[in-house]
Amino acid sequence: MLTTPMLDSIKKVEATRPQRVGFEPARMTAEEKDELLKEFHPDYKEAGFAVIGVGPNKGNKAPQELQELLHSNSIIHGADLDLNKVTYDVDVLIIGGGGAGMSAAIEAHMAGADAMIVTKLRIGDANSMMAEGGIQAADKDNDSPMQHYLDAFGGGHYAAKPELLRRLVMDGPGAIEWLNSLGVMFDKKPDGTMVTTHGGGTSRKRMHACADYTGAEITRVLRDEVQNLEIPVVEFTAVVELILDENGNAAGAVLMNMETGEYMIARAKTVIIATGGAGRLHYQGFPTSNHYGATADGLILAYRAGANLLYQDTIQYHPTGVAYPAQLFGALVTEKVRSIGAMLLNADGEPFIHPLETRDVACAAVIRECLARSKGVPTPTGQGVWLDTPLIEILHGKGHIEKSIPGMFRMYMNYDIDMREVPILIYPTFHYQNGGIEIEADGATGKIRNLYVAGEAVGGIHGRNRLMGNSMLDIIVFGRLCGQAAAKNPVSIGKLSLDHVDAYAQELKSAGIETGTRSPLLLPKYTRDVCRS
Amino acid sequence: MQEMANVYFYGKRYVVPADLTIMTAMEYAGYQLLRGCGCRHGFCGACATIYRIAGTNTLQSCLACQTQVQDGMYVATLPFFPTVKKLYEMEEIQPEEQIMMQLYPEIYACIGCNACTKSCSRQLGVMQYIAYAQRNELEKCAHESFDCVACGICSARCPAGISHPMVGMLARRLTGKYIQPETAHTRSKVESIRSGALDALITEMMTMPLDKMKEMYNSREIEK
Repeated sequence: MLTTPMLDSIKKVEATRPQRVGFEPARMTAEEKDELLKEFHPDYKEAGFAVIGVGPNKGNKAPQELQELLHSNSIIHGADLDLNKVTYDVDVLIIGGGGAGMSAAIEAHMAGADAMIVTKLRIGDANSMMAEGGIQAADKDNDSPMQHYLDAFGGGHYAAKPELLRRLVMDGPGAIEWLNSLGVMFDKKPDGTMVTTHGGGTSRKRMHACADYTGAEITRVLRDEVQNLEIPVVEFTAVVELILDENGNAAGAVLMNMETGEYMIARAKTVIIATGGAGRLHYQGFPTSNHYGATADGLILAYRAGANLLYQDTIQYHPTGVAYPAQLFGALVTEKVRSIGAMLLNADGEPFIHPLETRDVACAAVIRECLARSKGVPTPTGQGVWLDTPLIEILHGKGHIEKSIPGMFRMYMNYDIDMREVPILIYPTFHYQNGGIEIEADGATGKIRNLYVAGEAVGGIHGRNRLMGNSMLDIIVFGRLCGQAAAKNPVSIGKLSLDHVDAYAQELKSAGIETGTRSPLLLPKYTRDVCRS
Repeated sequence: MQEMANVYFYGKRYVVPADLTIMTAMEYAGYQLLRGCGCRHGFCGACATIYRIAGTNTLQSCLACQTQVQDGMYVATLPFFPTVKKLYEMEEIQPEEQIMMQLYPEIYACIGCNACTKSCSRQLGVMQYIAYAQRNELEKCAHESFDCVACGICSARCPAGISHPMVGMLARRLTGKYIQPETAHTRSKVESIRSGALDALITEMMTMPLDKMKEMYNSREIEK
């Protein structure tokens, strides 16, 4: 199914292949990397960002697509809602049904609180489910939380909030033990020792895994436990606005049935935002490895209520997302493909970067090749560059691909692309929102009492870049922390209010901002005009 | 000229580009998906779908996000299927002889038709893992069912009313918690952290001057 330009380009790749066996492209100097990043990494692309004009982060920049949602009025602005008609009255309201939300619900329930999860899709429809690589934790004899701290702090460009990172690394071993006690099947040796490996930027082998299904295995066990504990889960129901009380404390949320559009009021002593990432906002037009509901809803809700955002302008793009076939567009091609020898090549079959440069640098180099040098290969969805997979078996012998990257091999074979014979086309994909809502060491926003945040919606745990395996850990650690803290939260709720929504609308109006849209987005719009035959 | 295909969503015909998946073809046709769409990359099982190609008798099943449309494809999505999930307390149940009989006795009503395996969207040996469960070979059941995304198609096709994904789930949790060997190093690390023995050390890291931190990071020894 490869197109003619692709087949022509493959001929060029094949022509250069013999001379590339044993050849290693030069590594870049620190200055070259800086220059490349500044010129081509999406985080440095000024046009991709806009200044926030209202609210606590006024004057800071945010990705354009996020800024537009922040600059929009609430879905419920102007709606006639009766806040006295309370449909759900609970101790802890958890927004989001991924790993963080479910961990929070389980802990809150175990601590005796009446917890409820609301999710706009199904329970477990989340980025948590899609994490392949693993979960970090310093639980080996040659490792320590301090070593883990050092790796994560340096890898995050020294920008993590120390008290949050401390919590992440100190609670890591406990998170693994907790998951194991729930029945998560970690890869172990016969004597019980965890099988652990390196991830990018780790100085100790602390990546725990459940085959290449780590996120799915953890998420489905949490889901099964939520069901066993009979924690109420309201599915296909979005939170469209937070409700505060007259003192400005979080006190519930306005829910919307996704199918009927009906609004309902949930009253809660504590609200935990666990809404995940933003990949489906497609910053700068990038495809994404994220799930369907990753639209940054929690950031919008919290910001309108007065919470701070932190590092909302830093995004992790994975350099090797699938560029072709279109059916897999944006899906991840694991880094392992490069580590076992596949080279990055342009349309003329020329190597343009060392295949094992860091994610941000490799990402910028691919973009430069396609956009500035016109050396990309056209695809139905844009363009891409080659990962020369046949080189792997020339280097390591026949059978190596099926043995070492079976998942990748099968994924492509589904579409009759045999990566042993032909190279594959890749392009960077939007993978992770490094920033989010600012929290304090106890998981609370601080500024708004009774409002907590866990998971990818948090900003500050990882600084300006996140290491592989640390997000699976943070959803467990901060999810549990928020659930425990919420259950202990001794509050009385005042009169429910949506005054902050009106105040925000007024602020937008005063600033002369009018986007013509409403937020949160809830789901991306992928429909096209109905085709008529 | 783009190649197009005739597909039928719930019996209604749409002409869509032939290289789309069932999911993106539905969106192309104008459906704003509210159900039956989750991760979009084959991990979550939200988009269970059954289809038949016009002119054939075989009823086929798949994940809509992972399957390309074909001309003459009649599609019905299965965004929810009522499976049976039994409640249990992990601390109380054990991987003992009677556990499957107690919780999921219907697995012993399996008639061996193999419809589950034939319909599996992940090409798993579903009937095989149910057979392991019947014999209380829980660890084998756990591994055989490990790649299950719980799309529920197997259960929809089962004449014995078995909720296969739930059986696999139980076997995996019992395996992870009780059958696999315990991990001593995690336990001892948790105890050392809880004892407070590391508090001063981690505080030292948190308060270290940035230049010293950078030096430490750049010169840290990497485990081979």
